[in-house]
Amino acid sequence: MATITLSNVDKDYGGGPVLRGIDLEIREGEFVALMGPSGCGKSTLLRLIAGLEEPSGGEIRIDGRRVNEVAPKDRDLAMVFQSYALYPHMTVRENMSFALKQRRLPPAEIKAAVEAAAVKLGLTGLLERKPKALSGGQRQRVAMGRAIVRNPKAFLFDEPLSNLDARLREQMRYEIRKLHRELGATSVYVTHDQVEAMTMADRIVALNDGAIQQVGSPQDLYDQPANLFVAGFLGSPPMNFLDATLAPDGALVVEGQTLARISPPAGLAAGTTLTLGLRPERLALTTPTEGTAVRVDVVETTGTGRVVHLALGPQRLKLFTMDPRPLAPGDVMGLVVPSGAPLLFDPVNGARLS
Amino acid sequence: MNKTATHIIGARVLHALALAAFVAFALFPLFWLLKVSLTPDDLMYGEGVRLWPSRVTLDHYGAVLRHSQFPLFFRNSLIVSAATGLLATAAASAAGYAFSRFRFRGKAWVVGVMLISQMFPLVIIVAPIFRLLAPLGLTNSLTGLVLVYTAFNTPFAAFLMQSFFEAIPKDLEEAAMMDGATRFQALRRVILPLTLPGLAATGGFVFTAAWSELLFSLMLNSSTAVSTFPAGLLGFVSKFSVDFGQMMAAGVLALLPVGAFFLLIQRYLVQGLTAGAVKG
Repeated sequence: MATITLSNVDKDYGGGPVLRGIDLEIREGEFVALMGPSGCGKSTLLRLIAGLEEPSGGEIRIDGRRVNEVAPKDRDLAMVFQSYALYPHMTVRENMSFALKQRRLPPAEIKAAVEAAAVKLGLTGLLERKPKALSGGQRQRVAMGRAIVRNPKAFLFDEPLSNLDARLREQMRYEIRKLHRELGATSVYVTHDQVEAMTMADRIVALNDGAIQQVGSPQDLYDQPANLFVAGFLGSPPMNFLDATLAPDGALVVEGQTLARISPPAGLAAGTTLTLGLRPERLALTTPTEGTAVRVDVVETTGTGRVVHLALGPQRLKLFTMDPRPLAPGDVMGLVVPSGAPLLFDPVNGARLS
Repeated sequence: MNKTATHIIGARVLHALALAAFVAFALFPLFWLLKVSLTPDDLMYGEGVRLWPSRVTLDHYGAVLRHSQFPLFFRNSLIVSAATGLLATAAASAAGYAFSRFRFRGKAWVVGVMLISQMFPLVIIVAPIFRLLAPLGLTNSLTGLVLVYTAFNTPFAAFLMQSFFEAIPKDLEEAAMMDGATRFQALRRVILPLTLPGLAATGGFVFTAAWSELLFSLMLNSSTAVSTFPAGLLGFVSKFSVDFGQMMAAGVLALLPVGAFFLLIQRYLVQGLTAGAVKG
């Protein structure tokens, strides 16, 4: 078990920075997700921790020891690759023994460790098979097995579930989470999938454009996003963003209609234009006389409820409701925005204002 | 029988016929080699052009093996080709791996120069090479031939090996390095076993090139003690006649090691060893 500390880490391949000023402390036993769109630098960050890339600046420490110049093999970290990277010419048993043989452990000990891991992952019957004779899910398990037999200081996961189909992914999500609880090992998990990040992580590190946007618990990031990027990345359907103006009395005016009233945060002058963020599931519909008048555009049924696309003048927004009342495109309804739902963002730099 | 089935059968027959025609075309010179090597001297010109002589004999083979220097040439060729195969494949693997995995200063230059070295007709550089090797005592020597063949075959072999290394996902050696291996251990324990088909193909290519090389063997070595068999085959050509029977018999014998070699490595050439390495 280990702590991993990154201070002011930069990475530049020569074509402009890939990562800028990364400061991050990963605590012992914590499950941290590095989340962001493709190209945000999350995989590079993981490879820097692994030692597969060298940082251009800054410092990486594992358990307080500076590891910038330490080879991957001497960092005692295990990595699960997106492609699984199983050794194709070796059986499952040989794949899982590789790291232990590298350490010259006694054969009996290796055998016991591999078989214990196989039991844990349901691979017992497959130990003598080659990777090509395994299904995608089984290969994924072998990749996990190869990591856990070593009992490393920390686990690094590089989008390990992205090659699995949706059902298997859900199951492996649960199993990885369960393994983490059993082993209590520090884990760093790279994903572009907000559902994986939300469901698995103790803390999420949201990355965009090579910089950390926000670090916090999944609920914190969901409820208190630091900026438009984090707000828009988490949640499905995603948060609505509307152009609004703040009236002197604290009313949030969108297309000439008052959507909600807030007590304006200090330093925010009346008449300021801002971006209003509204989570679809926090909105409700009522009779046209009660709320802000909106027109129903499209209704999508999801099974648990319905996603209703609404038009407010030229602006569009989505609402998620479990209310079974009949709704048809073209209906005019009243939109209710509960107090506490509006999040205010600076339309220029995207930072949250409230 | 319906129309589609007829079409499919017709297509298959055509396909098989086309293949058979190609195989016959490609193998005919070999057949002719074998036929002439088995034809007795008195029937060589006496029967006109026939596909098979009315009587066959192994006399030519006996003469080649017992009364000519062919066994010596054969041994020389084997030594030179095997040494060239091993050296060039080893050098090409190292170079190919570096080209495929590392970024280093001057890489484009090294690759460029190697490519350019392949563009010269060998005839142009025979004389300079002779001038280089003579003072070093490397003419009239098998070592000299091995050096020259290795130098000429390594660039192409390196590009060949590079493409084989590039077909192996980087993830595999990174996984091995995470698992506690140095880069060299990762190369030896994970990458090299997967490159066996590539090594076999490259080794086979270099071996065959050295085995059949005539120009340098003829120019650099004048002593029959160090002649390779392509140069030795010319010994069957005398001022007034060509001993076709023995020459062809020697040719058939020379095919054997190459044939045996490819028989051995064909398993690796065909097999896709990387199957199952990554997703799929």
